[in-house]
Amino acid sequence: MASPPSAPDLQPQTGPPAVAPAVALDNLTCVFGKVRAVDGVTLNIAQGEFYSLLGPSGSGKTTCLRVIGGFEAASSGSVRLFGQDAARLAAYDRPVNTVFQDYALFPHMSVLDNVAYALTVRGVGKAERLKKAGAMLELVKLGELGSRRPAQLSGGQRQRVALARALVNAPKLLLLDEPLGALDLKLREAMQTELRAIQQTLGITFVYVTHDQGEAMSMSDRVAVFRAGKIEQEGSPRELYGHPRTAFVADFVGGANVLGAVLVGQSSGTYALRPEQISLTPDPGAPMRGRVTGLHYLGATTRVEVQVGGQTVHASVPSGDVLHLKINDQTALNWNPADLRRLEDA
Amino acid sequence: MTTQGRAVPQKAARPSFGKRYWPLLLLAAPLLWLGVLYLGSLLGLLGYSFYGVDDFTGQVVPQFTLSTFRQLVSTPSNIDVIARTTLMAAAVTLACAVIAFPLALYVARLTDPRKKALWVLLITLPLWASYLVRVYAWRLILAQEGVISWAAAKLHLTGVLDGLLSLPVIGGTSLANSYFGMFLVFVYVWLPYMILPIQAALERVPTSVTQASADLGARPAQTFWRITLPLALPGVAAGSIFTFSLTLGDYIIPGVVGAPGYFIGQMVYTQQGAAGNLPLAAAFSIVPIVIVGLYLAFVRRLGAFDAL
Amino acid sequence: MNAQPSTSLKLSAWLGAAFLHIPLLLIVLYAFTTEDRTYTFPPPGLTLKWFGVAFARTDMWEALWLSVRVALGATALALVLGGLAAAGMARSQFRGKSAVNLLLVLPIALPGIVTGLALLVSLRRAGLDAGTLTIIIGHATFCIVTVYNNVVARLRRLSPSQLEASADLGARPLQTFRYVLLPHLATALLAGGLLAFALSFDEVIVTTFTAGSQQTLPIWLYGELFKPRQRPVTNVVALLVMVVTLLPILLAQRLTQGTDAMNGAGKSS
Repeated sequence: MASPPSAPDLQPQTGPPAVAPAVALDNLTCVFGKVRAVDGVTLNIAQGEFYSLLGPSGSGKTTCLRVIGGFEAASSGSVRLFGQDAARLAAYDRPVNTVFQDYALFPHMSVLDNVAYALTVRGVGKAERLKKAGAMLELVKLGELGSRRPAQLSGGQRQRVALARALVNAPKLLLLDEPLGALDLKLREAMQTELRAIQQTLGITFVYVTHDQGEAMSMSDRVAVFRAGKIEQEGSPRELYGHPRTAFVADFVGGANVLGAVLVGQSSGTYALRPEQISLTPDPGAPMRGRVTGLHYLGATTRVEVQVGGQTVHASVPSGDVLHLKINDQTALNWNPADLRRLEDA
Repeated sequence: MTTQGRAVPQKAARPSFGKRYWPLLLLAAPLLWLGVLYLGSLLGLLGYSFYGVDDFTGQVVPQFTLSTFRQLVSTPSNIDVIARTTLMAAAVTLACAVIAFPLALYVARLTDPRKKALWVLLITLPLWASYLVRVYAWRLILAQEGVISWAAAKLHLTGVLDGLLSLPVIGGTSLANSYFGMFLVFVYVWLPYMILPIQAALERVPTSVTQASADLGARPAQTFWRITLPLALPGVAAGSIFTFSLTLGDYIIPGVVGAPGYFIGQMVYTQQGAAGNLPLAAAFSIVPIVIVGLYLAFVRRLGAFDAL
Repeated sequence: MNAQPSTSLKLSAWLGAAFLHIPLLLIVLYAFTTEDRTYTFPPPGLTLKWFGVAFARTDMWEALWLSVRVALGATALALVLGGLAAAGMARSQFRGKSAVNLLLVLPIALPGIVTGLALLVSLRRAGLDAGTLTIIIGHATFCIVTVYNNVVARLRRLSPSQLEASADLGARPLQTFRYVLLPHLATALLAGGLLAFALSFDEVIVTTFTAGSQQTLPIWLYGELFKPRQRPVTNVVALLVMVVTLLPILLAQRLTQGTDAMNGAGKSS
């Protein structure tokens, strides 16, 4: 059959890579009513990678995750899991499991039955599924609590049960939707370490949604920064921190100062400068002077707000260096021009 | 023609978790029942009220006519029935509101959840203890030799009771044969319907609001009249919908206790049964719906629908 | 609300509670009175003999049996239709949703005479003879909403992520229904069913229109009210009816305790 004359030329086909990516989103778009929750997202997540979707709430990161999990349908674009088109795969047919933000533990089942659920619905025999579920509970250090109900557990314990439940069927891909959001700071930090360890032990792919940039930076191989349904920048934590491409990324990842060209003595553009790259040591040749408007003592470092030409610049300096500073003092600001990062957006 | 594996924009193939057509599929059976069988019956009834009855044969004439409604509004005794029923409904509603309010306020102010649950049960239980039996209980109470006469005699109030019974209109030969007795039964039977919405409305008044009123110098009585009562008004309105419309449509109570004058419900029953005038029965059954409709339009302004 | 209730408020609350409950206690008392002609208070003496007399009435047993069959049939229909309606309404948004809501409560919002007469007219038109089936149809119509209210309240408390988690772990829709949804709804269905049973068992007004010559227990009792000779039997059956309607209610109350308020949408007449 002849192609219609107006058919667009197809791109020369490139052969599939030797190992298909765990997740490949191509121009994924999700529209809810008038809201474009996800707006043309393209990304590839390699097998075995710890990949984070980072962004403020409403930026589309969770919707992306839900499309991968099969809970939301794409309006357009494609989703491929391990090289297979997943558009028509129901959630229960995907080689993917999820740790939900609210854990979604079944309240009427014991912890052990919760963990064994994926095996139960696949018809695995009782002895085997209890053995596997028990082993999984051991992995998350809850071997003792199998007979309890979810309501009898602490938040941290529930989080571990949710993790064990999602891992019991040995998925090739684990989705985590802000799994640590409900935990207090100390527990959260301990779990970050543990999650990373479990991921490396099992060697499976993790896709991790969070709005906490510190969390994303400390655990991930790569991070995609979301803003208004689009990926603003993608890269390793080091790249994002060291070479933010936009003012949004510079500010969201590590809270950089975004400064105009004139202020930093350049001819054009906008520049990012990290607070810890600024020093306040008195220097007559300093490129900039300003008035101290805020001093926040944080222990080893002190965060200083300096008013310069109508803009507030943040500096993070060793506390010992600024013992003499008071509000309204004049101070010099120094930095190494090599640390300035020119941003791509206006 | 092939697409050579290139990603083509596609429509959502599988709506997730049945967000689209699932609900309608699930609703098909209940909607068929309520929408076709029940609503259809109601419309059929409405249609009947526009039919007439052949004066000679007594047969229903299935032709559109307003004669049945003309008969309904031009017969003075029919107007009496409607006025009597509406007045009774209004009186019952008012009395229920007055009696229910302190009870609702008390329950709403209880802080012990167990105590509160117990009181709610105490109020709900009579609602469920068989309507007919509760009406019957009042035959025991209102009888000449019954509890009220006995209590009046013990308290040396027999004179007061006799005085009440000798009053025109509301009095009668005995409590069981008076409109006042009927009024008592109506109040008793529908009272829980008034208490529960008022209590729910009062529960929604945050503690801080009344505390703020006190803090700003209002005495308890002032706080009640200026803060608590206005905020509970939607609850009163919601409760009144029940007491008002239930009284309008009832035909058991006027049959079991009270004076011989007919009520709307009894007219409907008699016209369809003994009198065999189905169109007039249908027309009469429209009356409470119209009155309740007017009443709903009125209480809507008081925010009753938010408190239901 | 603030502060401790004042004494006068407490007193009026207790008076109100007494007003609500004394008539029920009198029903209990009169079932045992030795007086068989009048409603004399206080009863001249107490006896159990009327229970024997009442239980010997075969027509009473027939009416009771009919009431039980009708209530079971109406409850079964209400469970299916009310459950389906709740599932369809719980989380969906569609045009006309409020109209469907209104339709569900209409049978208990409209006076019973309207519902009864309307059903009578159209059942007659459909050529259906009044009998057990027509009574069940009438009762199911107003029982749907009690099941609906209980189930929809429970469904709203079910986090959607529960169902997603089940699917995510490989459960097919039927498995999710059996392992997650049904256990979650079990007590709500039971409570709604018990309320529907009590509602049906107790109903008089719609029944008078749909029953034809059949007698449910309340219809039978209603007829007895006008027979002065049968007073002792009436008293006993009144107590019996009250107990049979109250037991399922208390059970339903226990089942929903601590979860949601019992959604006993009221009874109407």
